[in-house]
Amino acid sequence: MEDKYKLYWKRNLMLLSGLMVAWFVASFGFGILLVEPLNEIRLGGFKLGFWFAQQGSQYVFILIIFVYVYMMNRLDREFDVREE
Amino acid sequence: MDIQLWTFIIVGFTFAIYIGIAVWSRAGSTHDFYVAGSSVPPLANGMATAADWMSAASFISMAGMVAFMGYDGSVYLMGWTGGYVLLALLLAPYLRKFGKFTVPDFVGDRYYSRTARLVAVVCAIFISFTYVAGQMRGVGIVFSRFLNVDVEMGVVIGMIIVFFYAVMGGMKGITYTQVAQYCILIFAYMVPVIFISIMMTGNAIPQLGFGGTMTDGSGQYLLDRLDGITVELGFAAFTAGTKPMIDVFFITAALMIGTAGLPHVIVRFFTVPRVRDARTSAGYALIFIVLLYSTAPALAAFAKMNLVETVSEVPYEEVPEWFTNWENTGLITFNDKNGDGIIQYTGDPATNELHVDRDIVVLANPEIANLPNWVVGLVAAGGLAAALSTAAGLLLVISTSVAHDFFKRTIRPDLSDKGELKVARIAAGGAVLIAGYFGINPPGFVAQTVAFAFGLAAASFFPAIILGIFYKRMNKEGAISGMLVGILFTTAYIVYFTFLFPEKNLPENWWFGISPEGIGTLGMIFNLIVALVVSRFTSAPPKEIQELVENIRIPGSKS
Repeated sequence: MEDKYKLYWKRNLMLLSGLMVAWFVASFGFGILLVEPLNEIRLGGFKLGFWFAQQGSQYVFILIIFVYVYMMNRLDREFDVREE
Repeated sequence: MDIQLWTFIIVGFTFAIYIGIAVWSRAGSTHDFYVAGSSVPPLANGMATAADWMSAASFISMAGMVAFMGYDGSVYLMGWTGGYVLLALLLAPYLRKFGKFTVPDFVGDRYYSRTARLVAVVCAIFISFTYVAGQMRGVGIVFSRFLNVDVEMGVVIGMIIVFFYAVMGGMKGITYTQVAQYCILIFAYMVPVIFISIMMTGNAIPQLGFGGTMTDGSGQYLLDRLDGITVELGFAAFTAGTKPMIDVFFITAALMIGTAGLPHVIVRFFTVPRVRDARTSAGYALIFIVLLYSTAPALAAFAKMNLVETVSEVPYEEVPEWFTNWENTGLITFNDKNGDGIIQYTGDPATNELHVDRDIVVLANPEIANLPNWVVGLVAAGGLAAALSTAAGLLLVISTSVAHDFFKRTIRPDLSDKGELKVARIAAGGAVLIAGYFGINPPGFVAQTVAFAFGLAAASFFPAIILGIFYKRMNKEGAISGMLVGILFTTAYIVYFTFLFPEKNLPENWWFGISPEGIGTLGMIFNLIVALVVSRFTSAPPKEIQELVENIRIPGSKS
């Protein structure tokens, strides 16, 4: 029985690591560290690095949370740890 | 109707709503008072969290900061939204499962230590008071600008309103007022920006208009024009920054981590019924927040462009009426240094003749864009909603910390629920009075203390909570020494540069080029390292604590 919870936690941690990488890349990566090279690329009137810093990162953040909600709900059901 | 009358009507109407909600949602138990009976639906909690989070500074000042900082202003945009990812993924679900009332509750129980609880209580109260003083001041300022009431009088009116719904309804009253306040503030924020976006770019969606072309027939992209103008006037290009990359990185991180560690935000996730509701409501909260935070940079660009085109190289005699109106409030000052009667607005302090306060961008926006008078009243009501909702959330944290963590859990464990509720109400009332006092007599260092609140939240709570959830072996020795090192280091660095030796607060004196605003990140790293090292050399936490940790990692109960 205990193994089931260990596996649940391990799957949770794997999902978290993936999403945290996305979080870091969209903000610190594209918006700060790589902002200058990305600014060479245009997205309409935006320079891409600037767009990520002031717009894109925020949209990615929302996406990350809802992917997490969806995946965790699935995981909860799979492992039968969902609350009533 | 004139502006004043519209403002009275709209502000009066919103205040009536808040009081109505207060009467309707009286708290009957401490469970109601502290966490609204854990019965708030996720969508409502998302709105309440958004209003709780977006303060007078977000509503009134942020667009202005971005307008004057350009790319560098991104630290606030990313920092104050990215923290919600940390909250949703790393904190909220587990704290909801833990299921008590406060952050010090978690720290105290998880680290089986009264000392840990007390350190957490002191931090929570300190962070909340530094923050709330600014909110009450914000209330006073909005009153004085729009309704010609003294700042003092404005603060007192704000206190009475907050007193009403915070003391009577506790978290229950606060939650549903915050839902109403979110609706008011987001409507008030968006309406003028949409008008302006249509006028300047022909696109009704500001987030798109921001990257669109100008409507003046030139076909030029707005941001390209803005970059050109700012460089021409001797500023840095709008879409480029002046801060060193390492500082931008550290400030963004400190704001994100600080956001996730702020007790008044965390406590909102104790109010939903289930773990999965905590996750969902964090997502809703971020949508509601991003609605404003993605609009702010668009507004910043529109306003900067509008400002430069309306006043730069314009004879002082020909300035529009709003310019003179706001000159009277001292938020715009013109000093004709070369005596030619024409306004020179430049990036060089020696020749620049115009000083514009950042708050103008939102407050004077409807006038600059020639919008109808009712829009001005709406902006006033929105600013008040933003300030009051945040103030109430903070006051509740203070009263809970005093009544529950300090009085009930530390001094009088035998106190009955009724007795504790009474103490909580008295503490809330006392906190309103103290906050009001600071609003009327603001300490001269309010601006610096906000950076302080975030740095402290980042360097104290965040690592202790994260380790408490994700590292079962973490014990009280490690957590307490980590928190103390984090707090002491961050405090020392900020006090040194902003209070003791402000003249030395320059990039060449900073450690690794990190400004006091960003130092909380380093404090957090030190906290983590010290906690991990110390816990290795001390005994593992008791068995029941390890079971507690295993239990909060699973949403349901173990079968």
